[in-house]
Amino acid sequence: MAYPDDRKYTKEHEWIKADGASASIGITHYAQESLGDIVFVDLPKVGSDIAAGKMFGSVESVKAVSDLFAPASGTVTAVNDELTTAPEKVNQDAHASWMLKVTLTNASELNGLLSAADYEKFVAEEAGK
Amino acid sequence: MRYLPKSPGDREAMLRTIGANSIDDLFAPIPAEYRLQRDLKIPRQLAESEIVEWFQHRARENGEGYTVFLGAGAYNHYRPVIIDSLVSRGEFLTSYTPYQAEISQGTLQAIFEFQTMICELTGMEVANASMYDGSTAAAEAIMMAVRVTGRSSAVVARSVHPEYQQVIKTYATHQGLPLSTVNFGTNGRVDLQALEQVITSDTACVLIQSPNFFGTIEDVVAIADLVHSKGALLVVSIAEAISLGIVRPPAEADIVAMEAQSFGVPLGFGGPYCGVLATREKFVRQLPGRLAGQTTDKNGNRGFVLTLATREQHIRREKATSNICTNQALVALMANIFMTVYGRIGLRELAKQNLAKAAYAADHFAQEAKVLFAGAPRFHEFVVQTAEDASVINSRLLGHKIVGGFPLKKFYPELGNAALWCCTELTTRSAIDTVCGLLSEYEETAKTHEPRMQEVAQ
Amino acid sequence: MSITKATRHVNQNEGLIFEKSSPGKAAWKLPPLDVPEVDVEKLLGSSERKDLGEMPEVSEIEIVRHFTRLSTWNYAIDLGMYPLGSCTMKYNPRVNEVVVRLDRLANAHPYAPEKISQGAMRILRVLSDALIEITGMDTITLQPAAGAQGEMTGLLMVRAYHESKGNARKKVLIPDSAHGTNPATAAMVDYAVENLKSNDRGMVDPSALAAQMNEDVAALMLTNPNTLGVFEEDIHKIADILHAKGGLLYMDGANMNALVGKARPGDFGVDLMHLNLHKTFSTPHGGGGPGSGPVACKQILEPFLPSPVLISKPDGALGFEYDRPQSVGRVRAFYGNFGMFVRALAYIMANGPDGLRQTTEDAVLNANYLRKELEGTFDLPYSTPSMHEVVFSDKLQGKNGIKTMDLAKRLIDYGFHPYTTAFPLIVHGALMIEPTESESKEELDLFVDAMKSIAQEAEREPQTILDAPHNTRISRLDETAAARKPVLRWKGPS
Repeated sequence: MAYPDDRKYTKEHEWIKADGASASIGITHYAQESLGDIVFVDLPKVGSDIAAGKMFGSVESVKAVSDLFAPASGTVTAVNDELTTAPEKVNQDAHASWMLKVTLTNASELNGLLSAADYEKFVAEEAGK
Repeated sequence: MRYLPKSPGDREAMLRTIGANSIDDLFAPIPAEYRLQRDLKIPRQLAESEIVEWFQHRARENGEGYTVFLGAGAYNHYRPVIIDSLVSRGEFLTSYTPYQAEISQGTLQAIFEFQTMICELTGMEVANASMYDGSTAAAEAIMMAVRVTGRSSAVVARSVHPEYQQVIKTYATHQGLPLSTVNFGTNGRVDLQALEQVITSDTACVLIQSPNFFGTIEDVVAIADLVHSKGALLVVSIAEAISLGIVRPPAEADIVAMEAQSFGVPLGFGGPYCGVLATREKFVRQLPGRLAGQTTDKNGNRGFVLTLATREQHIRREKATSNICTNQALVALMANIFMTVYGRIGLRELAKQNLAKAAYAADHFAQEAKVLFAGAPRFHEFVVQTAEDASVINSRLLGHKIVGGFPLKKFYPELGNAALWCCTELTTRSAIDTVCGLLSEYEETAKTHEPRMQEVAQ
Repeated sequence: MSITKATRHVNQNEGLIFEKSSPGKAAWKLPPLDVPEVDVEKLLGSSERKDLGEMPEVSEIEIVRHFTRLSTWNYAIDLGMYPLGSCTMKYNPRVNEVVVRLDRLANAHPYAPEKISQGAMRILRVLSDALIEITGMDTITLQPAAGAQGEMTGLLMVRAYHESKGNARKKVLIPDSAHGTNPATAAMVDYAVENLKSNDRGMVDPSALAAQMNEDVAALMLTNPNTLGVFEEDIHKIADILHAKGGLLYMDGANMNALVGKARPGDFGVDLMHLNLHKTFSTPHGGGGPGSGPVACKQILEPFLPSPVLISKPDGALGFEYDRPQSVGRVRAFYGNFGMFVRALAYIMANGPDGLRQTTEDAVLNANYLRKELEGTFDLPYSTPSMHEVVFSDKLQGKNGIKTMDLAKRLIDYGFHPYTTAFPLIVHGALMIEPTESESKEELDLFVDAMKSIAQEAEREPQTILDAPHNTRISRLDETAAARKPVLRWKGPS
């Protein structure tokens, strides 16, 4: 799978796509594949803060829960309500299913994240284990 | 040993297959110094007839032929006989938790029906497949309210069962959850003005019991209005499930924490009983305990599965909504069958009989002593205040093979010489007349003589 | 090979009870009221409920058929083997069901005066004494309602103990092989959980433990034998490391079926532990409970036991002592799951010392027999000797995308309940098998044959396994839909 290069990635399998001072966040194709059928997405409220590297929510499949870790710090400006009633959208197209939109506190945090190429390599190693 | 399906020949053959010389080889991983070299000091092996006899002796030591006027969270109701015939079927009795849905549809469908009936009776939208008992259900309900609201304290009414309050305190203390209390008024109900004062912006929930420990039915609507206006949740604990046959359900509650023992679960010296939690759909992901959900198989057949398992310990581990694993499935099945037997009409008729017996008793007790908390409706329990200490009265009644009401001095000293009396559909008019007659004598004597030395009732 | 143990047979369908309900049907009849009728409206006013909505109305025979038909859809120990690891699915003796229903035991009110409760209290005493002897402890509480509640009680006592020494401490160590209730419980009593990694033999590594042990650690929660069925051979070192820094050793007693009559946790350094009466002591699983989780402990923890405590009075009678200033409090109303105490005691009496020892030996013999017969067919991740349960993995069957859950579903077609899948977490694709002593050699051989046949199917016809089960009345259910859009109750037509 070729990972879109319009965004950055984390080792926790989140992606973050910056747009000036804002960014949208979701999980990668690899993440949704590992989880299986997603049944519930638990996200923070609009107005709350998320901190880079810290847990901000979770994704549930039938048999597992996976914590979501913030790729960068910021304040939540929008939450994708569609995912409340149709969490399967994440399975259908993980890269198009944004979960949160945030105003970034420190855009330079994105510099430390993985590029699409690096993430692809990382995923290949993970899959091989 | 007769439960072990192996002959000595079998054991030898198996050891040979394994390549071990003796069974001791298989226990070699236990360091020698810890391997027991002696018999356990427990009673010798008994024949089945001896076992039955031993327990029959114990049953006799438990007293024969007493009329019991106790309620206080454990209620003596008639148990339809088909309950035991059905739950004794091996497929119910000896089956495991229905994790493998394809071979557990009996259990799962029964749970689904149980959940449905609890919702109908409590006015809630979802119910779980049981908690340990009413007391732990109440404690877990508070934990749940904390999770839902993000607030970190709770108010517990003083008219909640004292042992439930103790359990809540145990759970709350170690979660760093401060508890406040609110008292009852002269009508036995929660004091609304006092409640207004004690709720803060950090109150996650107010927990009341209705009918409360004294048998008094709370004004749930008024309490709910007040509690909700302050942004807190209302938890209603119900200790006497039969009351739901005739008392309007606490539909304004956010969480109902119930004890379903009255629904066909034997008194059995305190357990096992059957707690249940019920709530609104929007809170379902914070609800602890197992849930059976309806779905279809790949051929489109309706079936049932345990669902929303990601709330539970086997997946969430330290982030679980609770640590609960085992529930009360077998007793929940008893409750299920009971509710099905009585059903829509029968439960109301049964509740009506309970109401009638207690009303008759209260009227007659009121002629001999003081029945407290008039001015608010009650179900089948009531508090009687006497000139003499309740334990002393009970000692005397015991000699007449009567077990009197639950003495309240230990938990509610301000009520003086008071006891909590309960009548169910099994309490006879003649028993009530007898005990009233005796009480009449005692009260008469007590009022005309010096107060006696208090004896500890035994 | 053809499947011989199980076969399809005619089995009744049955809808929901509400679908048979019809106004006017009844299964109940109350005796006439011997007191005056009441005016409900007058008594209850606005608190009255007039109609019970969609509660069913059916006759007695419909109820009997309903639940009987439902029961025929269940697997049960009475039908065959459950090789579920750490569940100890042993025979549930029927004499237990008889004695628990004896009139004055079944109808005993928990608040009846002690004078007429001596029979029930004597049962508590004799069971307590037996369990203390079996565990090698000094005292016990029977109050906790189940294993998980026993764990909670135990950790509350650990906390109270440390608080009495001036430092409650902050965390609890838990091996990564532990059952999920362990960390869930630690969180409930506000202890942080620190993971202890198992070594390559699947056991606690004493040097890793020593490195993690300090005065912030309140206790280690250990299952022994652990969830791999392996006895912690360094148990005395483990206990010493904890005790040297003032920590306590808590044992999860789920696997006591490997130890009863052969070794006692109190002898090998355990300070407190819970028991599962519904595992080791034969009380029935009943579709998921009730259980009972007594907590036994050493004398140093006695002051912290839940209240009330059973005592012997000067006149020889038994009583309850409520005045316990250092008690952790109450963990549930009344005294515990008394119905389970009766059953567990009847089981202990039916066995005696010889029976219990033989039971444990047969449990370990059975597990080792299965291990020997199935190793080679299934991957055995740890070569450490097994006690009463053995853990394989699905590695050798994996190449056609077959996982442990798929193999388990196929086992159903062969007439067995699946083993425990995907636990313990430290084994990827685990098959956790505990036969218990209740299985005969004949039943075990059928199980071995079934497992070997399934392994062959994994090679030759993997789709059979992936689509299993085939012979059940319901095939694999859509759990995703059930979780996405939960339907948790029946609703009538509006």
